[in-house]
Amino acid sequence: MSLRLVKGRPGIGDQVEGIALVASDNFSARYDLDRINGVFSRRSHALYGQSYVGRILVLNAAKGGVATAWMLREMQARQLGPSALLLNFANPILAQGAAFAGLPLIDRFEADITSVLKSGDRVRVSPCTGEVLVLDRDAAQP
Amino acid sequence: MLRLDDHEQAMLAGVEGRARQWAMQQLIQVGRFFDAKDLVKVSQVHLMADTEALGEEGIRFLEGIAAYPEAERRVRVPTVTDPRGADFAAYRRIRQKEEFVALEKRAADALRSLGILMTDTCINYQTILPPVKGEHLAFGDTGSTIYANSVLGARTNFEGGPSALSAALTGRVPRYGFHLDEHRRGTTRFAVEARLADYSDWGALGAVIGRRMRSYFEVPVVEGIASAPTSDQIKHFGAALASYGSTPLFHMVGVTPEAGRLSDVIDDRAPAISITDADLAAYRTSLTPVDDTLHVVVFAAPQLSLIELQQLGTLLDGRTVHPSVSLIATTSPEIKSAADRLDITRKIDGAGGILLQGVCFYQMHAREIGEANGWRRLMSNSAKLVNILGGYNYETVLGSMEACVESAVAGRIVA
Repeated sequence: MSLRLVKGRPGIGDQVEGIALVASDNFSARYDLDRINGVFSRRSHALYGQSYVGRILVLNAAKGGVATAWMLREMQARQLGPSALLLNFANPILAQGAAFAGLPLIDRFEADITSVLKSGDRVRVSPCTGEVLVLDRDAAQP
Repeated sequence: MLRLDDHEQAMLAGVEGRARQWAMQQLIQVGRFFDAKDLVKVSQVHLMADTEALGEEGIRFLEGIAAYPEAERRVRVPTVTDPRGADFAAYRRIRQKEEFVALEKRAADALRSLGILMTDTCINYQTILPPVKGEHLAFGDTGSTIYANSVLGARTNFEGGPSALSAALTGRVPRYGFHLDEHRRGTTRFAVEARLADYSDWGALGAVIGRRMRSYFEVPVVEGIASAPTSDQIKHFGAALASYGSTPLFHMVGVTPEAGRLSDVIDDRAPAISITDADLAAYRTSLTPVDDTLHVVVFAAPQLSLIELQQLGTLLDGRTVHPSVSLIATTSPEIKSAADRLDITRKIDGAGGILLQGVCFYQMHAREIGEANGWRRLMSNSAKLVNILGGYNYETVLGSMEACVESAVAGRIVA
């Protein structure tokens, strides 16, 4: 099996490894998540009902309001957050939230990151260089 | 490469205390992420810091800043607040838990000690200090940002809480995005053919365009608006567009200040996407409930202006909200005082409605108050509110202000 490297723009936060949870939907912490139970709570979201806790969360674009900028840190503090965020397009709110929370974030990849990665892939996220390395396909059930 | 002047270097080095040092570190991380070349001074900050978003961790963080010596913690530019999580005078009427109110008090105490003005409003551009064209700002609510950028021609990105706080402590933000001329050009044309009557139509238009936005940097250009909308109409349009699209700027040709003519903001040979009555109807249909059950009617998001409150008061005057339904409206403390003085609050109260001040429905622990009151089916004339509450276990319905009032009185959804 070959390792695959995907390049995005240099991001925010430290290097981390984990299991990907992937959908082509968009993302807002306030709009989409039940942050008490750590699951997606918007019925129309592709990941509805799924836990994002400890996952490398891979989605299309930042949507919605400004609350995510505060919320990511609270989620990390209660150990109920994702371990990294990979998006095709972040917005300032996600960048501000990642900086405040110390949550790894990369965006603007050379290819659609929600197509390149599949839920269950084990990946290494390196914000300093903007690189994501696929270590193992289907390493775990999402 | 992000350049800093001598004063900024000193703040980053901690010469002016740890709060300003932390703030500079935040600004620099975000500035580098978006390739900012330097920082730009801002003249006003609008800070979103409701306790639901802050959480215990965020409140502890604010209390940490508040514990620094006064010279190190005072904000450097006028800073006003977005709606809070509880109306201290009325929270029992909607069965908010005391623990949330206690969190709210802690956060407010911390913010006040930084010299922040507790205006508790998302319509600061209507009620506190309307920005001026070209003014650089750090606005922290999507609705206030899109209004300031689009309707008033001021310049700001979405500055979420930590970032707006950093701007308040340093008087600066990274210069990227909508501070720069090149990002303020239009990218996508929309030709509006739909008829727009009440606020919910303007919100529906914002929702339909917002759903087509693919990234933060896409700027819609709206054509076909024959006569200038009111401040409240364009407020509902912008709030819905920003909510559905995460969009901070639009141009409306012949209406907004940077778009006198189409060619001022976009290549006029670009194809335009038509928005018709059918598009707005399809959006409304996507929100059609399975039956006419109704639990709560909410007028909020954005908070109501004095004019909207007058309209609501007139519709409710002499009527009675059905005992099985709650009716809630939210506004700013300043407008609530005016409504009290001008005999508007009495009409809303007299019909059994609840007028809250300094809060917005989705920013006051909407999930928990829904459970405490048995609210599941919610009707509003705000497309923004309808969008947000989909993630909070509510089934939401959009209707005109008149339809919302008639439904509240009937105790069931009436068209």
